[in-house]
Parts: sequence; C-alpha cells; structure tokens
Amino acid sequence: MSKFRKKGGKGLQKINTSSLPDIVFMLLFFFMVATTMRETEIQVRVKVPEATEVKKLEKKSLVSYIYIGRPIAHVARMYGTEPLIQLNDKLVSEEGIPYEAIQDFVLFEREKLPEADKSKMVISMRVDQDISMGKVDDVKQSLRRAKALIINYSAKKEYRNQGRQR
Amino acid sequence: MASRETPEVNGGSLADIAFLLLIFFLVTTTMDTDTGITRLLPPEPDPEQEDVEVRVNKRNVLVVLLNRSDLLMVGGEVMDRLALKDKTIEFFTNPLYKEDLPVMEETEIQFPPGSSSLLPEDGMWRGEVSKGVISLQNDRSTTYGKYLQVQNELVAAVNTLRNDFCNLYFDKDYSELNTNNPIEEEIQLGIRKRYKMNISESEPKSIGGRN
Repeated sequence: MSKFRKKGGKGLQKINTSSLPDIVFMLLFFFMVATTMRETEIQVRVKVPEATEVKKLEKKSLVSYIYIGRPIAHVARMYGTEPLIQLNDKLVSEEGIPYEAIQDFVLFEREKLPEADKSKMVISMRVDQDISMGKVDDVKQSLRRAKALIINYSAKKEYRNQGRQR
Repeated sequence: MASRETPEVNGGSLADIAFLLLIFFLVTTTMDTDTGITRLLPPEPDPEQEDVEVRVNKRNVLVVLLNRSDLLMVGGEVMDRLALKDKTIEFFTNPLYKEDLPVMEETEIQFPPGSSSLLPEDGMWRGEVSKGVISLQNDRSTTYGKYLQVQNELVAAVNTLRNDFCNLYFDKDYSELNTNNPIEEEIQLGIRKRYKMNISESEPKSIGGRN
C-alpha cells in the first residue's frame, strides 16, 4: 500500500508556467507582422460578384483600390443615394466622367511605388454587383487615359458542382 | 547587509499583458487577400491616329452582346450564360473545321527542349492555332455582376483549353506552373501562344439612353 501512497503523496505538482509569456509573445509577434491595418474606411456598399476563375493578387503593395457602389447610410445623407466612386479612401463627388480625379489618383499611387514596379501597378476594382456598367465603363476609360492598364475585377471564389465544369 | 539583494521582478503579469496585446492584434487583423479576375485594358488610341478600318474576316469574330436587360446574345443567338463556355471552346478549337468558325493557322511554338515526351527533341510544337477573336460588348445599363459572369465564362473557356493542353503535354495543371522556374515560365508563355486570350472589348457606347 505504501508503494502507491508515495506517488500522489505531496499533492499535485504545479505546472511550470514560466514559458507561457514566451509562447504568447511568439503569437503576438506573428500577428503583429501579419497584420495589415485597414487604413481605408469604405464609404460605399460593395458586394462583389462571385466567379470561378478568380486568382489571388500576389503583391499587395502594387494594388490600389477603386470602390464603386451605393453610399452607406450616413454618407448618403450628404451625397444622395446614386452610386459613387471611392478611390482608396476618398470619395469622388464631381459629376460626370471623373477623368481628372482618377488621373490624379493613379499618378499619386504610382509615385509611391519603387521605380522598378511602376509599370506593374494593379488597380483592383471592387464594384457592387448591382451597379450598372455605365459607371464602370467611365472608370475604365479614365484608367486607360491614365495609362493604368492592369486591372483586377474583384470577385469572390464561387464553387460550382463538378457537373458544370465540362 | 546581505539581505539587500535586488528583489526579483514578479513576472506573473507578463503573460497577462502579452495576452492583452495579442487579443488586440487578433481583433484588428484583416488577413483578407483580394481575389479577382485580372485583365489588361487596351491602351488608349492615339488621338492623331486616323480610324483605319481593320478588315477582319467575319468568321474569325464571335460577338458577345449583353443588353440592358442582361440578356446574352452570342454570335446572333440568345444564349444562357452557362452554355457560353462550351460555345467559346468550340469557337477557339473549331474541331470539325466548320466554315463559319475561325480560320486555323499553321504555327510553330518553341517549348523547352526535352520538357515533354510528346514533343520532338528540339521542343518545337507544330500545329494549328485559332485566329479567333471574341468581341465583348455591353450596354451602359448592363449590371456589373452579369458582365463579370460573362467575363468569367470566357476566361474559364480559355483556362480550360490551356489546362487540357498542359495536362496532355506536361502532365501538370496550368495553374500549377511556377513562373519563378525559367523552364516552366517558358512553358507557360508557349501555352499562352497556343491558346490566346483574345477577348476584345469594344469602346463603350450608349445604346438607348444614359444609365
């Protein structure tokens, strides 16, 4: 009997927690490095369409965003409910085709890139799926004029059953 | 005097502090990577350049129209979106050498020598490449979602063709080709020549009223 008692005799051994801070710090640093803070506040409502052929955008630093959609509630009070264009973080308020606003935007964003990457700039268009193409065509024409030719139609991955895949 | 040693700092709260920071970063992190369909816009035409009428053989063009009520018309007939992919594949391959489908042109494409057992030793692929072009036109009132779905079907058709070719010759998925590897990059460029992404978008025009 005494044999068994010896083992559990002095109560439970406390788990050594001195390495816990290290583990937590490791996680912390991982998230600090992986984090990209959302620096733009999206002021238009965008629900991107779904597509099967989507690809990931490789280099985030090369990408600038154009959002097109109907404004969210508190913005709509100022600008009305018609679809608006948002360039990274600022809204385009002018009427008609926004050639100049987009040209300035492209030049500004291109200036931020290192010399070697200037030709690789990607404009990602995050457009609401219910917006009419007129607005999108305007933006595309402006981008052509500004010589920003690589564009990305932002879309979510759609999974179809295999029968459809040919 | 011996008792005047520096007292040890209590490290018990260190974990708590780290946890607090960790949770803050967990909450603020957005790990979303943007996904989408990447396309190349045509450069803006030179204003001094005169409009030259390019004569394109009618059989080499597949006109895809999307009207203001999101109806799709392909080569003169109304079509469901899901049938477009097969139609496009037929258009680009012209398997039966039909008179009204694009001309096939004898072409040589250089692949890396020895990369495939189905190619001759010098890696030169000889065969027929389609001269077909797809012309996509939309109205200003077409919804963007529908437009992108059509774009998607066209891209899907070309990707399927490329993928089949890549599987047949190189026993690999086209999307798995690694562009950092010079041989695989050459393969990719070759396949792009084999099946070109010939999708042209016409200059936007308003058919029936703005927006």
